[in-house]
This record gives sequence, C-alpha cells and structure tokens, in this order.
Amino acid sequence: MMSLLTVDNLATHFHTRAGIVRAVDGVSYSLEKGQTLGIVGESGSGKSVSCYSLLGLIPMPPGRIESGSAYFDGVDLLNASKDELRKIRGQRISMIFQDPMTALNPYMTIGAQLMEPLLLHRGLSKEAAAKRSIDMLEAVGIQDAEQRMNAHPHQFSGGMRQRVVIAMALITEPEILIADEPTTALDVTIQAQILELIKSLQEKNGMAVILITHDLGVIAGICDSVAVMYAGRLVEQATASSLFHSPRHPYTHALMKSLPSMNTDGKELYSIPGMPPDLTKPIEGCSFSARCEHAIEACRDDIHLHTIMLNHATACIRAQKGEL
Amino acid sequence: MIEVRRPLLEVCGIKIHFPSQQNKGEIVKAVDGVSLELRHSEILGLVGESGCGKSTLARSILNLVPPTAGTVYLNGESIQTMSRSELKKARPAIQMIFQDPHASLNPRMTVFKTLAEPMLAHKLAAKETVKQAVVELMEKVGLAPRFMQKYPHEFSGGQRQRIAIARALALKPRLIIADEPVSALDVSVQAQILNLLAKLCAEERLSMIFITHDLSVVRHIAQRVAVMYLGRVVEEGTTHDVLKNPQHPYTQALISAVPVPDPIEERNRQRIILHGDPPSPLNPPAGCSFHPRCPIAEAQCQQQEPKLGNFHDNHRASCLLLQKKFVE
Repeated sequence: MMSLLTVDNLATHFHTRAGIVRAVDGVSYSLEKGQTLGIVGESGSGKSVSCYSLLGLIPMPPGRIESGSAYFDGVDLLNASKDELRKIRGQRISMIFQDPMTALNPYMTIGAQLMEPLLLHRGLSKEAAAKRSIDMLEAVGIQDAEQRMNAHPHQFSGGMRQRVVIAMALITEPEILIADEPTTALDVTIQAQILELIKSLQEKNGMAVILITHDLGVIAGICDSVAVMYAGRLVEQATASSLFHSPRHPYTHALMKSLPSMNTDGKELYSIPGMPPDLTKPIEGCSFSARCEHAIEACRDDIHLHTIMLNHATACIRAQKGEL
Repeated sequence: MIEVRRPLLEVCGIKIHFPSQQNKGEIVKAVDGVSLELRHSEILGLVGESGCGKSTLARSILNLVPPTAGTVYLNGESIQTMSRSELKKARPAIQMIFQDPHASLNPRMTVFKTLAEPMLAHKLAAKETVKQAVVELMEKVGLAPRFMQKYPHEFSGGQRQRIAIARALALKPRLIIADEPVSALDVSVQAQILNLLAKLCAEERLSMIFITHDLSVVRHIAQRVAVMYLGRVVEEGTTHDVLKNPQHPYTQALISAVPVPDPIEERNRQRIILHGDPPSPLNPPAGCSFHPRCPIAEAQCQQQEPKLGNFHDNHRASCLLLQKKFVE
C-alpha cells in the first residue's frame, strides 16, 4: 500500500556567503492517512526546512533542493509545476505557523481571509463561503462568529488568533496539516486548548498531521510516531511509546534527561556538553559523535538510519550493534 | 540563639495602575495589591501567564516602574522614599537578567566593556584591577576569558545569556531578578543555564526572583512559588506544597495543562482544560477575577472578592470556596 506522503532522502542546502549550509541532509519518512507524525529537534536542526521544502516554500536562491523525492498521493512534489503546487497547498496540504500575528494579514478582516481559499480553490459563491467560514470559526470555538468575521486580527488575543489560523488551515478540509510549532507562542492553558482542538478536528476529518515542535511533552500527547532531528539528519524514528520508553539514540536520551521534569525533584539537570555542529562544514560520520558520551572510533564512519526493532529505527552505530 | 532577621525584600501591597492608551479615562490594573517576602538566599518562582503582571511587578522592585501604591523594602529600607543618590547606592544590590540576551546586551560593546563598565561606574574596581575582575567573572559563568574582546553577535544564545548573568553578578548583588531567563533557549542549553543559576545562587548566597511561565523550570530551581493571575497572587507556598498539592483551581488547571513527556501518562491522565482567555485587566470581572474560567465557581464568587488566606503553614491561596471548606 502506498503511503499518503513519502519523503525519501531529501536534502536541502542553502548556498550562502559563509558557505553551504546543509540544513537538511538526507531525510526520509512517510505519513499514513489519519496519522500524526511529530518532528522534534532543537533550533537549527532542520525540522521546519524539511517540511517547507515539500511545498516549495524555500527561497531559491539561496536554497536548493539537492536530492531526494517527495510523493504525495502520487504527485511528485519536488518536480511539480507552480500551478500544481499552488493547488495542493491551497486545499490538500495546509500549514499552521508558529506566530499567529505574522501568519494573518493585518489589513484584511478575518472573514475575508477565511473565505479567500474557498473562493479561489473551491469556486464557492460568496454567500456559501461566508456560511462555511462562520461554521468553521464556531468549530474552533470562537463565539459570536458572525460578528467576528468583520474584525481585524489585532482585535483578537493570541490564542484566538491561533484558532483563526487553524480555522483557515482546515477550511478546505486538507488531507495533511503541517503545524510548525503551533503552540510555542501561547500560554500553557491556551496550548492545552489548541492541542485538544487539533486532536478533535483530526478525529472528525481523518486528516494526517505533521507536528513540528521542540517540546517533547506536546509530542507525547498527540503523536503516533516521532522523528528526532539533529543537525539536518534524522537520528531516531519510532512510535511515540517506543521512543519515550526506550530511546535508542544517545541524543534523544540526552534530550530527555535534560528536561526539567514536573515529577522528579532533580538536583542538577543533565546538560549536553558542547554545541550543535557548524552546518557549513561537512560532518563525517555521526553528527552527534562530538558531544556523545558513548562515542567510539567507529562513529566517524558513515551512518544510516536502521530499524533495530519493530517500528523503531536509530542512526546510532552502537545501538544498531546492540551495545547501547 | 536564633537571630531574627528581616527578610531581604518585602513587597507590601503593591499596586501598579496605568492610564489606558486606547480608552481614555480607563485604568489598566497591571498589578493590583501584591505582597511578597523574599528571605536571604532564597529563590522565589513567580509564575503566571502572559499579561498577569509578573514582569511589571519585578520592575517595580527596582523602581523602574514606580508603583501607584504600596512599598518595597530592601533590607528594611523603603525604595520609594530614597533620594536619587541613595537609590544609586542601593541599585547594585538588585540586578536583573532579561529573557532575550540579544536585546539586553549592547551589540557595540565587547564582553570586556559590558562587564567592566558597571564595576567602574560604581567604583567596585579600579582601572588597573578591572581586567582581573572581568576574568574572574567570566570564569565564574563558564566563559573562556580569551573571548573578552568579542562582541555579543559572535556568541550563541546560551553563551550570551552567560554574559548577561556575568553582568548581573559584576556588582556583587544580594538579589537577582531573572525575567524568563531560559525561555528563549533550547532544552539542552536551558539545562546548562538553570544549573549555572542554581550553582551561583548557592555559592554567592544570593536571593533570586525567578519569573517564568514554565512550571517544570520553577519546580527545578525555586524553593518557594507565587502564582499570579490578573495582577494578583492567587497562591503562594513552598514549591513542593504548591506543585504537589495545589489548592487554587487556577493553579490546578495550570499544572494540569503542562504536557508530560510520557505518552502513556499524557494520554491517560485527567486534564482540566480551561475555557476562554484571561480577561482584560482593563475591565476585570467583579468578585474573584478567575470566576469566568473557573470550573468550580459558585454564585458568591461573582460578588465577593477573595483574600489570600493561610490554610497551612506558609501555604496561602485566595479562593472563597477553599476558605469556606477550611472554616467548616
């Protein structure tokens, strides 16, 4: 059976004055209908770029997709024409960005922004589009939706704006929703509301979700499978329960150890020594080896993601050999 | 013999009201009657969501925002009644660390200049000895002294925050106010900075007010916690009491909203999801300001204002229902 989305060996590099930045360097994953995939990593690990590349949202130049393929329901995304991509972006794959203020046009009313994709892509009449928009606003929990259609973004609070952005992303009933840090700019009580909302809408529509975040707690709550990125590469990929209960890559393990936890009174937090590598220089072997406490000579050799148990792949040579 | 010492810092009934910019004549009650104490070498976590007034309160402690009412005592002396020269003398005792070290460091000053300037201005070091003092400061926060002549943009986010911490330590303060010092940092770097702050506070016997929206960070670093909602403290106590045994419904919801990095626990636990947004401080609801979002609110909550009441040793909460239950 073919997956809804298959990304294979994707590499996106940026050709800058400082050198070639290997932002994404050989990333593969697939997504099934109705499934939620979490992509975790720290800033600069390439998690956003790996998704933006699929939709032609990388500024070129300086960006360039060096290799790889991405198929969405039989369509070759990386070689699709601008028109084809625009159709997919508008209604079949939607995105939510981190900051709801910059994702909305401050000059347009909420209503006009919600109706736009319906008028452009669905060819609905104005009345039908307005009705659907009001329904959608209600579905994401905005009261007095009919009056709120005429409001501008600055009249909404942060949580409300993110709801509008979600309504906008879901109004065409996309098959895939890519949510890039959708709750990072929000307070925890609002974050809980928004995650709950995404979950319930997903149950209703059966869409697949790619959730990009740096927050392992958010991942644990809603993702079926998780991909961990480090320095432009996938270092571990597994089902959420397998990943959280037996992380098989030293980076994932270190990341979990360095979380200040609500339930343990830790004395000193574990912290990963050193810094992420400079992506303008080619990395030999495992990208984490320079900071890894388990690194050995063999870690300088080329390393690939390998499945070591059911639904669990790691790019650690020692874990693959069963040493860790 | 037990020596009775006044707390290092006493905040008594602070109110900070601003005239509204949009609606003329109306008043924004950013902070509305907060009293706190901070003992020597204690770390107090100040928690709350955006707009609850936690940063404004912190700024009024340094008199950066003069309070509308109330008094701040540092070592028993009122900050508000100090003259400018007295204030200048008192200021080194309180230093601040901000969220974004990119914005709080001067991009045109080298690390050396950034750290040397306050020491020279307050005559804590002479021109000849200041270099040695800077070296010691940099070593204390884990920066190699050879980077002394570099500019902030040449450092990573975590290193910049170390520079900001070194600058705060330069004047040998008694109290540090850290306003979301790790919120802009990645998890692995966040751990390094939290460890550093905890270590420095212990070594230098510093007190700290640690402002954050992240409860798991508070749990890690603070001995006591005060939870703010809409300009008021709704619960206060030791970190253990407040986080393990929260009394106020807002604190309970806040704790329950924090995602747990464990899929099984996260999916099975009971969660309190609050509805709606925090109300505007321009027009706070009558009675208990939390009642429109409170899952257990009763009729009386809409009229009567709750007071922060003690119901355990050093554990206080402001909820009418709780106090009623306690009396019964």
